[in-house]
Amino acid sequence: MPNKVPITITVNGRARSAEVEPRTLLVHFLRESLNLTGTKIGCDTSQCGACVVKMDGVTVKSCTAFAVQADGADVTTIEGLAQDGNLTAVQEAFWNNHGLQCGYCTAGMIMTVTEILERNANPSAEEVRAGLEGNMCRCTGYANIVKAALAAAAVQQGG
Amino acid sequence: MFAAEFEYRKAGSIAEAVQLLTDNPEARLLAGGHSLIPLMRFRLARPELVIDIGGIAGMRGISVSGDTINIGALTTHAEIAGSAEVQQANGLLAEAASGIGDPAVRNRGTIGGNLAHADPSSDWGTVLTALGATVSVQGPTGSRTIDVGSLIEDAFVTALAENELITTVSVPTLAANQRAEYAKMAHPASFYSVVGGAVVVTMDGNRCTAASVAVGGLTPRPVKASLVEAALSGTTLTQDSIADATARLSEDLAAAGVDIIGDLYASANYRAGVAPIEVKHALMHAIGLAHH
Amino acid sequence: MTTRIFGSGIRRREDPRLITGQAAYTDDIKLTGMVHAAILRSPHAHARITGIDTAAAQSAPGVLAVYTGADTAAVLNPIPCAWAIPDSDLKAVAYPAIALDVVRYVGDAVAVVVAENRYQAEDALELIEVGYQPLPAIINPEDALGDGAPQLHEDAPGNQAFHWVAAGGDTDAAFAEAAVTVSETIRQQKLIPTPMETRSAIASYSSAMGELTIWNTTQNPHIARFVTCLVTGIGEHKIRVIAPEVGGGFGAKIAVYPWEMIAAFCSMQLGVPVKWTETRTENYIATTHGRDHVEYVEMAANADGKVTAVRSVVYAGMGAYLSTAAPGIPTILHGLMYSGPYDIAHIKADVYGVFTNSTPVEAYRGAGRPEATFLLERLMDKVADAVGIDTVEVRRRNLIEPFDNNRDVAIGITYDSGNYSAALDQLLGHIGYDGFRHDQGHEREHGTFRGIGVACYCEICGLGPSQVAGAVGFGGGLWESATVRIYATGKVNVFIGTSPHGQGEETTFAQIVADEIGVDVDDVEVIHGDTDITPMGWGTYGSRTTVVGGAAVALTMRKLRDKAKVIAAHLLEADEADIEYADGQFFVRGAPDRAQSIQDVALQANVAWNLPAGIEPGMEASTYYDPPNFSYPFGAHAAIVSVDPDNGHITLDRYVAVDDCGPQINPMIVEGQVHGGVVQGAGQALWEGAVYDDNGQLLTGSMMDYAIPRANLVPDIEVHSTVTPSPHNPLGVKGIGETGTIASTAAIYSAVMDALKPLGVTQLDMPLTPERVWRAIQESGHGNGHRHGHGHGHGNGHDHGHGHNH
Repeated sequence: MPNKVPITITVNGRARSAEVEPRTLLVHFLRESLNLTGTKIGCDTSQCGACVVKMDGVTVKSCTAFAVQADGADVTTIEGLAQDGNLTAVQEAFWNNHGLQCGYCTAGMIMTVTEILERNANPSAEEVRAGLEGNMCRCTGYANIVKAALAAAAVQQGG
Repeated sequence: MFAAEFEYRKAGSIAEAVQLLTDNPEARLLAGGHSLIPLMRFRLARPELVIDIGGIAGMRGISVSGDTINIGALTTHAEIAGSAEVQQANGLLAEAASGIGDPAVRNRGTIGGNLAHADPSSDWGTVLTALGATVSVQGPTGSRTIDVGSLIEDAFVTALAENELITTVSVPTLAANQRAEYAKMAHPASFYSVVGGAVVVTMDGNRCTAASVAVGGLTPRPVKASLVEAALSGTTLTQDSIADATARLSEDLAAAGVDIIGDLYASANYRAGVAPIEVKHALMHAIGLAHH
Repeated sequence: MTTRIFGSGIRRREDPRLITGQAAYTDDIKLTGMVHAAILRSPHAHARITGIDTAAAQSAPGVLAVYTGADTAAVLNPIPCAWAIPDSDLKAVAYPAIALDVVRYVGDAVAVVVAENRYQAEDALELIEVGYQPLPAIINPEDALGDGAPQLHEDAPGNQAFHWVAAGGDTDAAFAEAAVTVSETIRQQKLIPTPMETRSAIASYSSAMGELTIWNTTQNPHIARFVTCLVTGIGEHKIRVIAPEVGGGFGAKIAVYPWEMIAAFCSMQLGVPVKWTETRTENYIATTHGRDHVEYVEMAANADGKVTAVRSVVYAGMGAYLSTAAPGIPTILHGLMYSGPYDIAHIKADVYGVFTNSTPVEAYRGAGRPEATFLLERLMDKVADAVGIDTVEVRRRNLIEPFDNNRDVAIGITYDSGNYSAALDQLLGHIGYDGFRHDQGHEREHGTFRGIGVACYCEICGLGPSQVAGAVGFGGGLWESATVRIYATGKVNVFIGTSPHGQGEETTFAQIVADEIGVDVDDVEVIHGDTDITPMGWGTYGSRTTVVGGAAVALTMRKLRDKAKVIAAHLLEADEADIEYADGQFFVRGAPDRAQSIQDVALQANVAWNLPAGIEPGMEASTYYDPPNFSYPFGAHAAIVSVDPDNGHITLDRYVAVDDCGPQINPMIVEGQVHGGVVQGAGQALWEGAVYDDNGQLLTGSMMDYAIPRANLVPDIEVHSTVTPSPHNPLGVKGIGETGTIASTAAIYSAVMDALKPLGVTQLDMPLTPERVWRAIQESGHGNGHRHGHGHGHGNGHDHGHGHNH
């Protein structure tokens, strides 16, 4: 049996060390070892985006990375966004604009929209839609997710 | 899905990676992982050893030197798309990078990994073939340079020896009188290219003085369309002359001796039928005859 | 008076846990000692099992047990089908949890491994040796009924699962006399529902107590408990089903599956909690599909386009076994809706349910009604062509005139209320129909191909009167329940039998409560999805939760208000007849300043220090509400598309919906339901379809191949409404969950055919892939190089363009 590999990943600001089988996916490490179950698994093929987390400043699909690849990295999950109980503008906008229904895609959507707005503070609806091409939602038809993204942009611009 | 067990080694240098590959010919290199990990999750790939090259210093980054853009093999699609230098020196490169996969995939997937995987439906092979790019390859006895057009030999088959790895991708800058464009029809689920056409035309006013055209997606490897290129060269580009030139594509495909790929979504007939249209779209966009 | 909470688009009360990652879906739950199951599934669509060797798997690292069909069959009863359509010769074939000697589709369970972790379970699956003797497979439901087709079940000769006919009027005579008849062959392709959360279950059995608890991704935990009792033999009172957070259902989480029964079996054997969670690839073969009809449909009309008759012969694929509610879908929920919003005197539906070697079919958003709407709308377009009038005009001539209380239709059901032309009129205004038609003429001359499609619909929702459920063979009731408890502190818990999973009833039901009794909506918490806690109910599907369950909540609040009034009268030392209620206050008529609030009354009711004679302590009431009729939401939708004739690519440019679900409790939620439904229906029209090869292998077996709509491929959805209350529902509500899907497939298809009309294309199968469109254009002789007119430049293809794949 292959050796386990020691890793240390900073997750939501806290260093977490563990020995993992090399084949352990980052998403499984987050969910099973760290009990951070807000990040979801929706496909086997990097299509759906339910597993999107931020790693070293950019969004990644945590189902398509081994935990060992994240050794030394700084990872933020949906659980790490709100600080001291204060929702981020993006979280708040999803709530205000009914940007979710069943909620299963929502963590990935919020992580992705957060990055869209980091890269483009004032995107058009079309740019938001292009930015969401790797995140699937079966409930909302995307309309209110786009609306939420634009609303969050407006709030961040105003603030 | 759940990968089979494997041994994991992190290579600290290119030399170490080459040595590990030499010692373990069946090992697989892991960079961004977007080609390898899905295969491993389905257990369609089950290497006993995975060599992680993701942390090797000096294999990542972009520099422009003279009329060449040098891109480290570990550079992500997103870094290429977002590079002001690349946008300045070769807009097609940036634009093609921004159309691969989706944002999170682009954040992780690397240009070197993509080329080494040689998926026929990848965009890079087609685009870099049209651009006349080369790759630097490191093996146990030193490095060599290969044209991207020669690197990809067949579907998932490259000219790389089993203990060689791509270290740098070098792409010519575009001259002021050159226009380049890539048009593709993407599969609506996978986003992979069903048919892609990349063009680089050198213009003297409305006249094309030289053309480089490659198609991919529909063929196991990118195909250079030399008859289309010849028909464009020396021609004043209009909608009609472009249509006439791209009509030669079927002869190019026949001459290349490749099978046209067909699948559930798009048959070989369809792909062959619309490939000239994609090339035409690329040309029309390149010279501003069509609206974006 | 402040803004009424009923009708207010307040943000959802369930969202805080969902936007922070704190919600717990089944796979997020961990129990002490929990182990993991993985199911070995047949790679063959049809084969005889000649032997299974599990020895190597048994001894693999971490493995606790390996079981096969022989093991489960000794304990579990077969999985029952719960909708036995009467007078249809229905064959309730045996459906074992794990296949015994024959596998009948790719995905049929062959064995299960239980291991310490999921990776180990997957490793061990590879070590199980199964001998298969492949048998010929059959996928097409019409062919499966033919002579010589491979036979799936000995008990179902000719693969016929049932044959059901419904008729009203004299259809044959109407066709014989008709000035115009049109016909169409429609393939309602098989669809994969694809909720973002795959299915999952955790079973935990206490041998000491003989009690089984299942956390289950279900839309209907009480039905799940009922069926689990039948399959496991454990008393219903000893079974607890919990539907935790559920990540979308769309019908795919109605069925009680073999898989959670297998998990239950494993837990019963091993005495530890067992979790089973699908991968997506497994979900695509093992979770139910939708649609799968081959339809031959016809319509008869007068020369002026007045439709006189419609009839069909439908071959409805059931898949390899009968899933829980499957037989009711192409029959009761499809055939009975052949009048749609139209006045049609003669109707006949002739439906065959057929076994095929494919994943079983179940309800899928709209369930039968999208198929009915599609065929009516397709035939309306053809009648319009045949008599030479506009496609909207033909609909207008056939719509049922407005009615506000009951209208019988020929097939034998009674619509509740409708104003179909009002919805159509509003739609045409919003989309600018006349202007579009005007522009379209010019565009076609210039080689641009845009089309508009309009679909009118009426659907059957709010399922439904239990007496009718019984009469049509449904193996349960269709009433709903609510228990409301107001605590001494004035805070309110609402316990409901339905089980929402994204539809927002934690918010809308709180709005009903707040509206009925004047408490703050934030003082109300709605509890659902746990059979030990909530009153019995039949679940969330068929756009019934708000219609039936919401009515139960409203009626409960009225009971509590009546009780509060008695107590308030006592406290105010007044006669009950003199007590008035307004905005949460009870007061003597004319003296509102000396009022008892509902909170005051609730405190008194709970402490019971001073209650009037004959009044029980507590402030709690329940209602079991059985609706007198179904509800019939309706509306009109329009789509505008562009087609690039060079490559066949379709772009959905614009979509406008006008729906009537009666009064809207929360318009923001209503709008969201329409958005999602429309896009899901667009998926059927443009991208989605389960494709099998001749051997029964699913070729669209992952999200790499099966294309559900993406954000960059759909436009914003413009949503409008009319309001026609249902006369029989206490709230007047009709249901909104499925309307989008019911209308949009038909509207988009119609728009594409409209765009293609000048190119001579008259028939296409869905999904309307670029290749199908391109091929049809080529075959009609209008391919590239054969068209005249000015250049059309670059197509509007969203998915191609200079370097982008969007």
